[in-house]
Amino acid sequence: MSGYSPARMTKDPLARIVGKESWRDYFLLRLESPLIADRSRPGQFIMVRVNAHHHPLLRRPFSVHSKNGKTIEIFFQVAGLGTDLLSRKGMDETLDILGPLGKGFRAEAELKGKAVALVGGGRGIAPLYFLAQELRSSGAASRIFYGGKTQADLPLQNKLVDQGFDISCSTDDGSFGFRGFVSDLFKAELEEYTPERIFACGPEPMMKKISDAARQKKIPAEFSLESVMGCGFGACWGCVKRIKRGDGEEWVKICEEGPVFSAEEIVWGEEEG
Amino acid sequence: MTDLSVDLGFIKLKNPVIAASGTFGYGLEFEPFIDLSLLGGFVVKGLYFSPREGNAPPRLVEASSGLINAIGLPGIGVERFSEEVLPRIRKHDTALIVNVCGESDEEYGSVVEFLDKKEGISAYELNISCPNVKKDGICPALSPEATFSTVSLVRKISSRPLITKLSPNVTDVLEIALSAQEAGSDAISLVNTFLALAVDSETQKPKLANVYGGLSGPAIKPIALRMVHQVASRVNIPVIGMGGILEGNDALEFLIAGAKAVEVGTANFINPEATLRIIDELKEYCQKKGIDRIETLIGSLRT
Repeated sequence: MSGYSPARMTKDPLARIVGKESWRDYFLLRLESPLIADRSRPGQFIMVRVNAHHHPLLRRPFSVHSKNGKTIEIFFQVAGLGTDLLSRKGMDETLDILGPLGKGFRAEAELKGKAVALVGGGRGIAPLYFLAQELRSSGAASRIFYGGKTQADLPLQNKLVDQGFDISCSTDDGSFGFRGFVSDLFKAELEEYTPERIFACGPEPMMKKISDAARQKKIPAEFSLESVMGCGFGACWGCVKRIKRGDGEEWVKICEEGPVFSAEEIVWGEEEG
Repeated sequence: MTDLSVDLGFIKLKNPVIAASGTFGYGLEFEPFIDLSLLGGFVVKGLYFSPREGNAPPRLVEASSGLINAIGLPGIGVERFSEEVLPRIRKHDTALIVNVCGESDEEYGSVVEFLDKKEGISAYELNISCPNVKKDGICPALSPEATFSTVSLVRKISSRPLITKLSPNVTDVLEIALSAQEAGSDAISLVNTFLALAVDSETQKPKLANVYGGLSGPAIKPIALRMVHQVASRVNIPVIGMGGILEGNDALEFLIAGAKAVEVGTANFINPEATLRIIDELKEYCQKKGIDRIETLIGSLRT
């Protein structure tokens, strides 16, 4: 509850789908939801009801991928029943959503004119696009590192290039860009490049490697964590992460105090991810 | 004008819909979405005497039309609750019920002794039935003797009404309910979650870090209804029914089966406005059926 100000989250039972794009098993939905769009900041998320029936029962969390006027976008990969049902929604259908939830990235005006690095693994690119747009408008010099298993796992690469972002890609199989993990690409770049801040989102082992590299170079880093969530607004205590607080560690709700945490706070799991 | 109020004897609720413990946080989490004063009541998350961490994640996994949780009752303890939370939530014009937990009978007693000195609490719900705290789901609600022991100890200490929350993970729930009644409980609430297991066939590991968890949601409703009916037909104290209530019609089924009031749990996660929608739907039903007082529906099952 500390520092928690939930007053700005709201429920929109009729967010209309006004845009849809897809690439293999990746999907982008543009939703018209004026209040939630107005209030969303990079790193925050929404909870989406994927159908009106009893199964699957829970909403699904998605970070806000971008906003434009009255609309927000979510970008996701089909990973199970919930995302599969969501991927089948068509134009003009409406979704019941809650948002914006959580606290976003701590990207402040102080980053103006500074070099910052955004590192996204797979669908972890989702919140970083919104952040990149905000950082651009506040005058920071962003570089985006975007990795996936294969070239088909980099569906947003063209969009990022078209919009003039400085982007470097990696694929595990070498089908596009650097061959290997995006964490390895980024660590190699850090040999001759020192951003003032690192923002990352992706699989936990990838984020842990980036966290280690950032600590070695003494660069402040923030990570957007993914979790199964029961509610998204702090009521169920289901989505906890081990976080350093004071001299100790606590299970902290990702939805309420995250989903973004700093490298110094996060206690990375040994075998998670 | 439909009268939705229900009289539990020790307290009159403005309507039969209570938000269930463990699904409603400390109430504060729902203030952005609903006016808590419109509820029949709400039960705050289970409190032990001292703060508790809860279980390691993963704590949640979905099941068919259900949710399995092994949260492990993390909480802020009675002192922080009284100082930081209670002053903010007691202003709501509704029944504020505190769910009381303990590792031992003495701890249940000390939680109630502490809270008894604080203003603004309507009743205690004794959580003798959480399956996620000890190994294999052991808790007092699994035996009539342990139930009697806990309830009678707290009865001696408490100046407020006691609601004893029962577990469905027993052979004969009625036996436990009668034991709670004999020990001086003012009401019975049931059911808590069903002890459950989810398996990941890929990794051959349990899906929850705690191995076992408690199943809630629509999947359990028919069994919960049967248990509520069994207990309500035989005890002399009010029964508060719960288990998979998502909509007004689900709540009606529990009232007809004999529950004087209902608790709404998992639905709060899916729709933070679920309780208010259920109240609206109860009102619509009564108007459509020409029912002046919802109390006339209670226990009206024609068998």
